[in-house]
Amino acid sequence: MNIREVQDEIIEEFSIFGEWMDKYNYLIELSNSLPPIDPRYKTNEYLINGCQSKVWLHADLKDNKIIFTADSDAIITKGIVALLIRVMSNRSPGELINTDLYFIDRIGLKQNLSPTRSNGLLAMMKQMKLYAIAFHAKQEKGPA
Amino acid sequence: MNFDVDKIRGDFPILKKTVNNYPLVYLDNAATTQKPKIVIDKIRHLYSQQNSSIHRGVHWLSEQITENYEEARRAVKEFINARSDHEVIFTSGATGSINAIAFSFGEKFLNHNDEVIVSAMEHHANIVPWQMLCERKGASLKIIPINDKGELVMESLDDMLTSRTRLIALTQVSNSLGTVNPVEEIIEMAHGRDIPVLIDGAQSIQHGIVDVRMMDCDFFVFSGHKIYGPNGIGVLYGKEKWLEELPPYQGGGDMVDTVTFEKTTFNRLPFKFEAGTTNYTGAIALATALNYIEKTGREKIADYESGLHEYAASRLNEIGGIKIYGTAKNKISIISFLIEGIHPYDAGMILDKMGIAVRTGTHCAQPVMDRFEIDGTIRASMAFYNTRSEIDRMVEGIEKVKQMFG
Repeated sequence: MNIREVQDEIIEEFSIFGEWMDKYNYLIELSNSLPPIDPRYKTNEYLINGCQSKVWLHADLKDNKIIFTADSDAIITKGIVALLIRVMSNRSPGELINTDLYFIDRIGLKQNLSPTRSNGLLAMMKQMKLYAIAFHAKQEKGPA
Repeated sequence: MNFDVDKIRGDFPILKKTVNNYPLVYLDNAATTQKPKIVIDKIRHLYSQQNSSIHRGVHWLSEQITENYEEARRAVKEFINARSDHEVIFTSGATGSINAIAFSFGEKFLNHNDEVIVSAMEHHANIVPWQMLCERKGASLKIIPINDKGELVMESLDDMLTSRTRLIALTQVSNSLGTVNPVEEIIEMAHGRDIPVLIDGAQSIQHGIVDVRMMDCDFFVFSGHKIYGPNGIGVLYGKEKWLEELPPYQGGGDMVDTVTFEKTTFNRLPFKFEAGTTNYTGAIALATALNYIEKTGREKIADYESGLHEYAASRLNEIGGIKIYGTAKNKISIISFLIEGIHPYDAGMILDKMGIAVRTGTHCAQPVMDRFEIDGTIRASMAFYNTRSEIDRMVEGIEKVKQMFG
């Protein structure tokens, strides 16, 4: 599935929730399903700091695919992190560079991305793209 | 008690709002307070009927608005019991007032190796301007520590006052813990050594009687928007002897007497500190807010809020797993707390979904969070238009949060 298809799939999943409570319970469920980040990366070096919640993000390039792992100290943030990983991880740098992430808005969680929320999610999305750009540039240059 | 909260709620249009399909419960009053209709109407009236630049024109409109503006200054003077009108300077807010003194007082009186004292419970607005000043001057910032209850450790203050101490800048009420500080006692101690004291009244002015003459502080600052007035307006009170001595901190129109390219002489107090076109509509509408508070009764407000605070604290304590940060003997209606094992952001999000507005995070007081070794809290801050049934709604919300995340 390409990035658009995964996003559309998530939108489809969320469309069944009539009540906000169900949506948030699902996010809590998703937070539990997020594969844990290697404790080595749960340090300040990998921390994306928001004043409301923290996000740790690590990226690795394997077989031309970026593997993202991440964590958050807040559960709702972690649930959205899980969705972002599902959309963005295991893809080539080129695929990620020009990605338009529209699903968060469409599943009604846009308020979580407002800069005033400062929960680290907006910065995490930026950071994911920066990783993609960096890995892409490295590939173009070829091995040293 | 002769206090009709339903009638008072009727004065605040925003309280009728529904948020996420629930009637709004607004418990973020320490961040900003809501405005009574009388203040909103005043702003509309000023712009639709009276707008003109103050202290400038000879025309009718300008005279009218200037008179209103100076009347607003008198209203503030009465409200805080200053000695004279010209001890009241209009600024952009408490932050603006503190920065003004940090610059003006600092320029004149602070030298290399001097010391400024603040406390460990200050809002960033009463830390950063002093830090910046100390850096400019090669001075140092000393911190009065707080104990586990969130009270100042008074014993340590005595040792901190030295011949190098130039100023103490202290909050009267902590925005993150709700502690009321014994400012009179501290001012007396400081004055015994000729050290002036600035009191940050951003969280005290709206909760009871503030009397700057009785307190004997040298400077007192507050923001209009935290006392039911507009935002973008604030007050800097200073004793005349200080204000006369301090240099202006901003140059521009209105603050000058004569200007030539060789030399400018400055206007008298209070105008010397009010450069440019001030927020006159804000000042006038602030006076309307102060008048509204005065009419409602400041003691009645304080009594009612104190009852509400007690109720909220006891209801929260009934819920298991709640830890309240800030348990000082003398507190106002701000409660900071955590729900065991639950991130404040998660709690805040769910409460918001239920129409309950609380603040989560560090409350611009990171050193306080560091002191208690936490990342943040949930803060419910109550005003005199809040009710017990709203506290019950918050408690229900917290139960829901516990059920979802517990």
